[in-house]
Amino acid sequence: MNLTLKVWRQKNAKAKGSFETFKVSDISSEMSFLEMFDVLNEKLINEGKEPIAFDHDCREGICGSCSMYVNGRPHGPWKHTTVCQLHMREYKDGDTITVEPWRANSFPVIKDLVTDRSAFDRIIQAGGYISVNTGNAVDANAIPIEKQKADDSFAAAACIGCGACVAACPNTSGMLFLSAKVSHLALLPQGDPERKKRAADMIHQHDSEGFGSCTNIGACEAECPKGISLENINRMNKEYMGSIFSGSKV
Amino acid sequence: MNWKTAFSTNIGKKLIMGATGIFLVIFLLVHCYINAQVFFNDGGARFNELAHFMGTNPVIRTVEIGLFVFLFWHAILGMRLYFKNKARRSVGYAVTARSQNSNWYSRSMAILGTLILLFLIIHLRNFWGPNRYSQTFGSGERDLFSDMAEHFSNIFVVLVYVAGCVALAWHLVHGFFSAFQTFGLATHRYKGIIKNVGIAFSIIIPLIFALMPLWFYAGAQGWFDMHPSVFMEHMAAAAQF
Ligand code: SF4
Ligand code: FES
Repeated sequence: MNLTLKVWRQKNAKAKGSFETFKVSDISSEMSFLEMFDVLNEKLINEGKEPIAFDHDCREGICGSCSMYVNGRPHGPWKHTTVCQLHMREYKDGDTITVEPWRANSFPVIKDLVTDRSAFDRIIQAGGYISVNTGNAVDANAIPIEKQKADDSFAAAACIGCGACVAACPNTSGMLFLSAKVSHLALLPQGDPERKKRAADMIHQHDSEGFGSCTNIGACEAECPKGISLENINRMNKEYMGSIFSGSKV
Repeated sequence: MNWKTAFSTNIGKKLIMGATGIFLVIFLLVHCYINAQVFFNDGGARFNELAHFMGTNPVIRTVEIGLFVFLFWHAILGMRLYFKNKARRSVGYAVTARSQNSNWYSRSMAILGTLILLFLIIHLRNFWGPNRYSQTFGSGERDLFSDMAEHFSNIFVVLVYVAGCVALAWHLVHGFFSAFQTFGLATHRYKGIIKNVGIAFSIIIPLIFALMPLWFYAGAQGWFDMHPSVFMEHMAAAAQF
């Protein structure tokens, strides 16, 4: 099939950037969305032009690198699917597809479709861990964990940190990511001792990274490729109240 | 964390929005109960009795101050959050498909809230203002039932009130649930119940409010005393117009 692509091009973080239109031809319906970009980039390189920069790594929906805002939706139209797993059978011959980077002041564009998402790393560094003594690894089954809690924690841990929630949010809030990271530890006994401090520290970091405030719109949940539930935000709000209303110093 | 920091984070502010919102919801319930007394068609006897209590009881008058504080807090904080959030995406998207991932009313809380605030200015100017003025400087309490009858004989006033109720209804559909989510109460087990109660509340309360101006308007037109066939003729004439 033949398609028209309108892609955001931006030389570097400081440049202004604008859309550039490309025609791609002979795209097979079996290609992934990123493979189509590979084809286009190969052509651009052969023509001596600058290829389009985009983030990708695993290409199997688990690393969270890929990040394209396709026709108004992060990761494109497929539910619970990263853009690397979006396939061209979604499109018809003659379609026009607009591809933009994540838009958020906290995720500045580095080049073309690549954004700097290190703000997420700093949120994790602020408290998304548990403190353990070094030494022999403890037997994994030494602490019994209720099945439901283990499942909920696992579901929250499925977040791949892609940032689609921020990209989708009309408030540019990072709460879905944040809440997934707070939840997956808060639900487990290993995460319990530091839970109050963790929630408070990570939330402060989220704010100082300049992410917006959540108004429970739910666009994040609808667009999250891993189906992270809004219930995590509910849980994080509770964690936060636990930390501000508790008697202990956090 | 000190209290100031606790309530100045994104979630802290959200807690304030939720708490003031819930207070306003409770106020709506009381307001609606009292005003619904007009439907007794007793010339306003029951309604004026309760209105007199609400307008003169010192405890209620103190809570009234709190109500204004909460209302403005809710409105100002909401507006500030709205503009701050907007500023967090300096370069916007060229193409968006927001209807694919969220409801228009949950994205429109600021505009719906502004409409409600504009309505409230008109509303307070119609009833609350003149009544308090007359209580303080004039000849005592006004007959609010007669005031209602007078204002709502004007079709434009009636339309403004109905529009205000529609804005309120949509604001509540999102706001009611949202407050519970903010307090961490919308857990898996309760989320469905909260959503449905919220929708029921958002329909019933604004509907009862909207019926009041319509009721007075109908009364002023003499529709209640009219023979049904004459009424239908009126309606047919209106439809042709
Ligand atoms: S919550 Fe979902 S959308 Fe947000 S970063 Fe995690 S996986 Fe991506
Ligand atoms: S490239 Fe790893 S999730 Fe898409």
